[in-house]
Amino acid sequence: MADNAKPISTGDFKPVTAADRSHLDSEKISAPSLTFLQDSWRRLRKNKAAMIALIVLIILFILAFGSGFFETHNPNATNPNLANLPPKIPGIDINGFNGTIMQSGTRVNAYAQAHAGNAYYLLGTDYLGRDLFSRILYGTRISLEIALIASFFDLAFGVVYGIVSGWMGGRVDTIMQRIIEIMLSIPNLVVMVLLILVLKPGMSAIIYSIAITSWINMARLVRAQTLELKNQEFILAARALGESSLKISFKHLLPNLSSVIIINLMFTIPTAIFFEAFLSYIGIGISAPQASLGTLINDGQKNFQFLPYQMWYPAIVLSVLMIAFNILGDGLRDSFDPKSRE
Amino acid sequence: MVKYLGKRIFYIILTLFIVSTITFFLMKFMPGTPLTNQAKLTPSQIHQIYKQYGLDKPVWQQYLVYLAGVVHGNFGVSFQFSNQAVSYLIGSRMGPSLIIGGQGMIVGVLLGLVLGSLGAVKANTWIDTTSTIVSILLVSIPSFVLAVLLQYYLGLKLRWFPIADWGGFIYTVLPTMALAASPLAETARFMRTEMVDVLSSDYIELAKAKGLGKVGIIYHHALRNSLIPIITIIGPLTVNIMTGSMVVENIFSVPGIGEQFVKSVLTNDYPTIMGLTIVYCAMLCVVLLITDILYGLIDPRIRLSGQSN
Repeated sequence: MADNAKPISTGDFKPVTAADRSHLDSEKISAPSLTFLQDSWRRLRKNKAAMIALIVLIILFILAFGSGFFETHNPNATNPNLANLPPKIPGIDINGFNGTIMQSGTRVNAYAQAHAGNAYYLLGTDYLGRDLFSRILYGTRISLEIALIASFFDLAFGVVYGIVSGWMGGRVDTIMQRIIEIMLSIPNLVVMVLLILVLKPGMSAIIYSIAITSWINMARLVRAQTLELKNQEFILAARALGESSLKISFKHLLPNLSSVIIINLMFTIPTAIFFEAFLSYIGIGISAPQASLGTLINDGQKNFQFLPYQMWYPAIVLSVLMIAFNILGDGLRDSFDPKSRE
Repeated sequence: MVKYLGKRIFYIILTLFIVSTITFFLMKFMPGTPLTNQAKLTPSQIHQIYKQYGLDKPVWQQYLVYLAGVVHGNFGVSFQFSNQAVSYLIGSRMGPSLIIGGQGMIVGVLLGLVLGSLGAVKANTWIDTTSTIVSILLVSIPSFVLAVLLQYYLGLKLRWFPIADWGGFIYTVLPTMALAASPLAETARFMRTEMVDVLSSDYIELAKAKGLGKVGIIYHHALRNSLIPIITIIGPLTVNIMTGSMVVENIFSVPGIGEQFVKSVLTNDYPTIMGLTIVYCAMLCVVLLITDILYGLIDPRIRLSGQSN
C-alpha cells in the first residue's frame, strides 16, 4: 500500500489555549450550578404574590420591632379627655383621616370638641384615650414575637422529635407516635385554655401552651420524610463509613429535610398568631393594659357601630399578617416543590 | 377489620383516660378554692361544703370517684350554675352546636369542592386566580373578625338575618356562614392540588384518547378520584369548627357548648371545663375513627393497618 499520508511537521501543532479548550468542550455546563436553596430562591423571586408578601412582612417586622421610633404616643398611657377621637393625619383632608366624625347626621370636628389643640392621633384613640396606632404596633409586635417563639419550638422540638422517632424506628418510634396520636385527639385550643387557666393568663402562659401544641405537625411530617430518606443509598454510605447517628442527622438528614421544615414552619406561624389573637379576644390571653391585636379587636367590636375604625384597623393588620404568611407559605411550597404547581 | 376496630377503640379509651387524668390533676393544681366568700364561713360550714362535694377525701380517692363518674357520664356539679349537673348542662347545649357545626361543615366542604375543582379545571385562568384569592382570604381572616362583620353588615345594616339569639333555621344562617369559611378555604386549597394532580395522570389521558367528553372525564374520573383524599382533612376541619364555634357561638349568642366553654373558662367553672374537654376529645376521636374507616372502605388501595399485619 502506498503510504501517501501528508508528512507532519512540528509547525502544524500549536499549544491549546484556555479559550480554545472551552470552545472545544461540548460537555461543559455553561450555566452556574445552583444549590437547592439558590434554585428555590430563584423560583420564589419569580412569584410576585410571594415577594409582595415577603416585603409586607419585612415592613411589619421593622415597624413592630422598631416601634420605639415609630410610636407617636405611649401605647398604654390613658387620657380620658381625648377618648374615642377619630383618626387624624396632619395635612390630609379626607373624611376618615381629618379628625371629623359623623354625629347625628352632621360631620363635626371631634378634635375641636375635645379641645385637643394641636394633638393628633394617626389612627385615632380608644375609649380610654390611648393612641390606637401605637397600640396596634405593640399588638403586632406581640403577634410577631409569638410567631418567632412558635417557630423556635417547631424547630427545636418538632424537628428533633421527628428525626429521632423516624431514625430510631422500632419500639421507640411506636411509643413516640402513640404520644403524638393522643395529643392529636385533643383540640389544641382546649390544651391551651387548660394550661392558661393553670398558669394564669399572660404572655408566659401563651408561650408555654404554644410550646406544647405547636410542634406536633412538624414532628409528624419530619418523621415521615426521615423514614423515606433513611433507606436511601447516601445514608447507607454514610453509615458504612462509620458516621455517628448525630453527624448523619446534621450533615445528611437536615439538609434534605429543609424544604419540609421551611414549608411547615410557614403554616405553624399563622396558626400560632391566630391562637394568640383568639385567646386574647376571648379574654384569657394578653391582659390589660397591654395591647394585643385580639384584645384591640374585642375592644373595637363593642363600638363598631359608631366608631368602626377602632375595630377595622387592628382587624386589617391581623388579617394582612395572616394573609402575608399564608401567601409566603404557598409561594415557598411551590418553589421548593415545583411539581406542586405545574 | 374487627381487630383493627378493637385496636382503635382501645386507643380511644386510653386517650380519654389520659385526658381525664390530666385535666383532673391540672384542676387540682389550680389556685384558689371553689368557695366564693371563704372569709364569711365558719370552719364547720367549710367542712360541711367540702363534705357535700367530696372535697374532704384524699386526692386519690377524689380521683377514683371522678373516674367512676366519667365512666357513667357523670362529670359532677357545675360551680357556675349551682346544683346543675355538668352532664345535663352539656347535653342540653349539644344540639345547637351540632346543628351549626354540621351545617358549617357541609356548606363549607361542598362549596370548597366546587371552588377547588373549578380552580383546577380552569387552571391558570382568572377563575383559578379568583378561587385562590378567595380561599387565601377565607383561611386568613380570623373567624371572630368575619363573624362580627357578617353580624354587622348582613344582620344590622341589611336586616337579612337576625343579629343574634337562637330560634328557627333563620337564626343558624349567620353562624353557619362564619363557621363555613375555614372548611371552605381548606377544602378548596386541598381539592385544587389533588385535582391538578389527577388531571395530569395517565388514566385521564386514556379517557381523553377514548374520546370521552370533557364533562364525562371530569365527573366520572377526575372528581371521584380527587374526592378520596379529601376525607383525610375532615379531622383537622372538625378541630377548626370546634375552635371557631367557641367565638362564633359567643358573638351570635348561640346556646351551644362552645359558648359554654368560654363562659366556664371566664367564671372558673372547673367541673364544666373538665367535662367539656372530655366531650371535645371524644367527639374528635370518633370523627377521626369514622374518617379512617371511610377512607379504607372507599379506596380499596388503602389497607387498614391492622389488616396488613
